[in-house]
Amino acid sequence: MDKRTTEREAVSELRDGMTIGIGGWGSRRKPMSIVREILRSSVKDLTVVTYGGPDVGLLCNAGKIKRLVYGFVSLDSIPLEPHFRKARQAGAIQAAELDEGMLQWGLLAASHHLPFLPTRAGLGSDVLAINPDIKMVRSPYPALGSSQGEELVAMPALELDVAFIHMNRGDVRGNGQYLGPDPYFDDMFCRAAKRRFMSVEKIIETAAMANEGPLQTRVINRTMVDGVIEAPGGAHFTECPPDYGRDEAFQSAYAATAKDGAAWLEFKQTYLDLENEAEYQKAVRKR
Amino acid sequence: MTQAAGSNSGSNTGKPTRGEICAVAAAEAFRGNGEILASCFGTAPAVGARLAKLTFEPDLLMTDGVCTVVDNPSPVSGPAPAPIVEAWLPFRTIFDHLWNGNRHVIMAASQIDRFGNQNFACIGPHAKPTAQLLGMRGAPGNSISHITSYWVASQTKTVFVEKVDIVSGVGYDRAAKLGPASTRGHDVRCVISNLAVYDFQTPDHRMRLRSIHPGVGIDEVVANTGFELVIEGKIPETRSPTDEELRLIREQIDPKGFLNKEVANPS
Repeated sequence: MDKRTTEREAVSELRDGMTIGIGGWGSRRKPMSIVREILRSSVKDLTVVTYGGPDVGLLCNAGKIKRLVYGFVSLDSIPLEPHFRKARQAGAIQAAELDEGMLQWGLLAASHHLPFLPTRAGLGSDVLAINPDIKMVRSPYPALGSSQGEELVAMPALELDVAFIHMNRGDVRGNGQYLGPDPYFDDMFCRAAKRRFMSVEKIIETAAMANEGPLQTRVINRTMVDGVIEAPGGAHFTECPPDYGRDEAFQSAYAATAKDGAAWLEFKQTYLDLENEAEYQKAVRKR
Repeated sequence: MTQAAGSNSGSNTGKPTRGEICAVAAAEAFRGNGEILASCFGTAPAVGARLAKLTFEPDLLMTDGVCTVVDNPSPVSGPAPAPIVEAWLPFRTIFDHLWNGNRHVIMAASQIDRFGNQNFACIGPHAKPTAQLLGMRGAPGNSISHITSYWVASQTKTVFVEKVDIVSGVGYDRAAKLGPASTRGHDVRCVISNLAVYDFQTPDHRMRLRSIHPGVGIDEVVANTGFELVIEGKIPETRSPTDEELRLIREQIDPKGFLNKEVANPS
């Protein structure tokens, strides 16, 4: 089955109030061309589940997020995402802030169709106070030296309506390959979601994927993907090694716009208020 | 400015800077840890972990800050040698590793209280904070699973507080309520600031002044602490680096003296 599609078609499946997952980590291998398409759409009131980077800052800024499920939001080289901070400090989004590992656990539970997974992460911290929907569970097995079972955090499954991830290579059928140092949690995002879209730097023949990297880079198989989008530079301005590093100059300029309304307007007009991703890539090259 | 504010090209036997004292205190935090993953936030802890690994704790595991364990972690400043990669440690494996308990992390604290409850998530009410900081990150899971210490580059009463706005890293009073099974990994080892070193070796695990940096008075420590510290007997001075440690810091680990930009040297 040829699953090639476009950012526009993928985003047209979104409905107001849906829960979406975005792969990558911080300012690393984020499906930014899809995020940019969400900015162009009219969809709103999204719940976004992610290890957050500029995807979150941009979506916050555009008023797309109702609820954010996250452990952090960072630009990596700039530790605090300024547009996300601004939204938080304005009380503009509901913040389901978790321990980073709890987020993984929630995705894993959803991907295994489990209602929850137990963990100690969160115990004793205010993660539980700010997330009153997260319950505790008592182990049915007695703890060492006790007649009672240990009480643990029952991290609920983070079920997603749609997941978006970005890979270095893929084929038309939805097999995907990362060539950088870290797979992050992209496979879990796919398995936790009803609909899954994978953008890739380059679509190649299935047989050619063997020439790109070792077997262990082939973390996404076609049962995990409903649509494949060829998006060269699609992770820009986040990093996507070995194809490209983070565009630090661009990221700095983006971050600086949080403090300056005029600068934001110029950034928005130059890079976001564009017809499509091709226009964005053209604008980036023109700098 | 002081002799060390810029580069470290000067002598290796001169008076150590406050930053160098802090780095040695951070190195000492890892003493006895053996073969364990050492993770750091901040410059002084990063220098300290490297110093410990190069001297008395050679078996420490350190990452490149991304996803590989490297036997020769890159210096905090200056040119880095080609990495000698020991293992692959992507983020998902980091969680496996830390929940397994084999780690000592030194995290930053925007606020910390007398029982070692730490906050670096946000200041003010969580629903609408006056300052959104890092978020919970891995602090809840870290602090409940393995050895955790904290680094405060500039100690004031707004950092050492009576009550933190939100608990990211779990302190001793909260851990005690969870019972022994849940907290088998909980061990808030120490707090290092620009003024002193603190631990929790008291009957009810209240923060105790463990040692005071050379040139700092107890009155200065107390004036910059927003709760009552346990101060017992004569407080020792935080040890100064040896000549060899100073040489390692200034020539190998931090030749550009980033340490002295993070920690102001008293004039």
